[in-house]
Amino acid sequence: MTRGRLSRERPKMVAAKRALPWLAASLRPISSTAAGSLPKQVKIVEVGPRDGLQNEKNIVPTQVKISLINMLSETGLPVIEATSFVSPKWVPQMADHTEVLQGIQKFPGVSYPVLTPNLKGFQAAVAAGAKEVSIFGAASELFTKKNINCSIEESLQRFSEVMHAAGAASVPVRGYVSCVLGCPYEGKIAPAKVAEVSKKMYSMGCYEISLGDTIGVGTPGSMKEMLSAVMKEVPVGALAVHCHDTYGQALANTLVALQYDGTRAADSFTDACFFIQMGVSVVDSSVAGLGGCPYAQGASGNVATEDLVYMLHGLGIHTGVDLQKLMEAGVFICKALNRRTSSKVVQASCKL
Amino acid sequence: MGTVPSALKHCLSYQHLLKEQLWIGEPAAPPPALHPGQEFQISGLPDYVKIVEVGPRDGLQNEKMADHTEVMRGIERHPGVQYPVLTPNLQGFHSAIAAGATEISVFGAASESFNKMNINCSIEESIEKFEEVTKSARNMNIPVRGYVSCALGCPYEGNIIPAKVAEVSKQLYSMGCYEISLGDTIGVGTPGSMKRMLEAVMKEIPVSALAVHCHDTYGQALANILTAIQMGVGVVDSAVAGLGGCPYAKGATGNVATEDVLYMLNGLGINTGVNLYKVMEAGNFICTALNKKTNSKVAQASFKV
Repeated sequence: MTRGRLSRERPKMVAAKRALPWLAASLRPISSTAAGSLPKQVKIVEVGPRDGLQNEKNIVPTQVKISLINMLSETGLPVIEATSFVSPKWVPQMADHTEVLQGIQKFPGVSYPVLTPNLKGFQAAVAAGAKEVSIFGAASELFTKKNINCSIEESLQRFSEVMHAAGAASVPVRGYVSCVLGCPYEGKIAPAKVAEVSKKMYSMGCYEISLGDTIGVGTPGSMKEMLSAVMKEVPVGALAVHCHDTYGQALANTLVALQYDGTRAADSFTDACFFIQMGVSVVDSSVAGLGGCPYAQGASGNVATEDLVYMLHGLGIHTGVDLQKLMEAGVFICKALNRRTSSKVVQASCKL
Repeated sequence: MGTVPSALKHCLSYQHLLKEQLWIGEPAAPPPALHPGQEFQISGLPDYVKIVEVGPRDGLQNEKMADHTEVMRGIERHPGVQYPVLTPNLQGFHSAIAAGATEISVFGAASESFNKMNINCSIEESIEKFEEVTKSARNMNIPVRGYVSCALGCPYEGNIIPAKVAEVSKQLYSMGCYEISLGDTIGVGTPGSMKRMLEAVMKEIPVSALAVHCHDTYGQALANILTAIQMGVGVVDSAVAGLGGCPYAKGATGNVATEDVLYMLNGLGINTGVNLYKVMEAGNFICTALNKKTNSKVAQASFKV
């Protein structure tokens, strides 16, 4: 489902302020033949303002959140998850959800989904003007129990209420599946379980399923195994990956998820090397890599959007995103949070 | 994702997660030969990848290196482990041999400007110097490893054409280097540029003689390494704890962390013969000694900060 700015032309990357030759050169789009069986474009779902900020210690004022989202809207990102309509008792950082959603500039062609954990949240979201919502399941019983005190089956029943209401209001719903490559409580997660939960959420009416490596333990091998199982149940066009960088594996895992044309036949040794062929073309990431991992103290969480965009552009894949503007948004929010960016691209560009 | 659970203390500890619940743990027994053959798993990845640990040299290069002789003489040499040393010229070579080195390295670059700024001569002149070194080394049966810097980009010239990398690599290989380590010196490469560069180099040099030395300055190292091993490269350079910043971008990281590379290779079922936990301990040791934070994400996730 192509949305937002992908349909607009972004013919040239703006050179970094330092205007060093290598940065411009590395951002120059290459011929798609060199990239083999990679998608020509990737939709980036920016989760910084919600998933990112939700896991940051310091509470961010409403106006700062609004400014961040506005800056992100300027970058060309097609989807920006704005906030979460969850009880402030549980997530104080998202207490200002209504003000944020109503305060942001809604750019044409950009989606601003919000998380809605239950029917009450959904109704509040729609009343506040939400045009798209997200719900989340998990591939782990223990994780679901610890998180929302019920079984996977019960959680899906709760979400079916949201799905019915969303269907009646013509509001698209995005589904998240947590712990797809490992669980902080159960450890190993069977790919078949991930496929089962994904299938259920897709059948309930979610237009897209975002598969989350919640604790970042996955590697290209486990990513491939999991996606192979899920793709038997859900079409690849409805899949997204949400990789955490806790063990530094996020970009390698994302790369594997992107590579696909469904066959293993190869004319040359080089072609054979892109054997891991998955074909996902939607990737979640967080500006500045906002959002640490709540399960490993001091560890990083979300992959940084800047680093993801750097890789995709280097591969000649179109994202519609202006990396320079994205970096500026990241610098802005890190200053506001008084924290160092987790993006290596930004660190390398001497903007801390 | 979703709400933040409060039951952090009920999580499995990292040791439990890595050892018992997930597939990461002790590696399989090391293969009989030091230099692997061309066996590939059905999936197309090599069965075995040799890790070349460059932390003590490339990583600590920013610290004083005047004590090289003491280091060479002082280390405990384990059987089956190589301890190569960098020798930029004939004088360095002779000192290395006198101190007991049994393997040496020389480094070229795929960029004229980089060579000029770094060692004040052209690529051709530097090749001539290395020929002297490799000739002496051959006479003494000392193996020589060749490095090619700026394989995916240069801090002065910008884009580097793959054909140039292939040309310099070929020259080093022809003069007798047993292995050529292709270095993304400023870490600007991405899987696309890695693939194009390797395709060009592999026309001139057998893949079994190639290694990749990826810098993580832009966070691309593991994706680039994955691409290289998908193309058959079976040797990867890395530095424990990701030691060694980038001298061209203040505050930026440099070498990819050995721990993070091992984590990925273990997860892919690729044998390395290396014990990840012991590497993490070594990383913890050197970071404590240097009073600096590790650049390894695996270590960050595992040790209490």
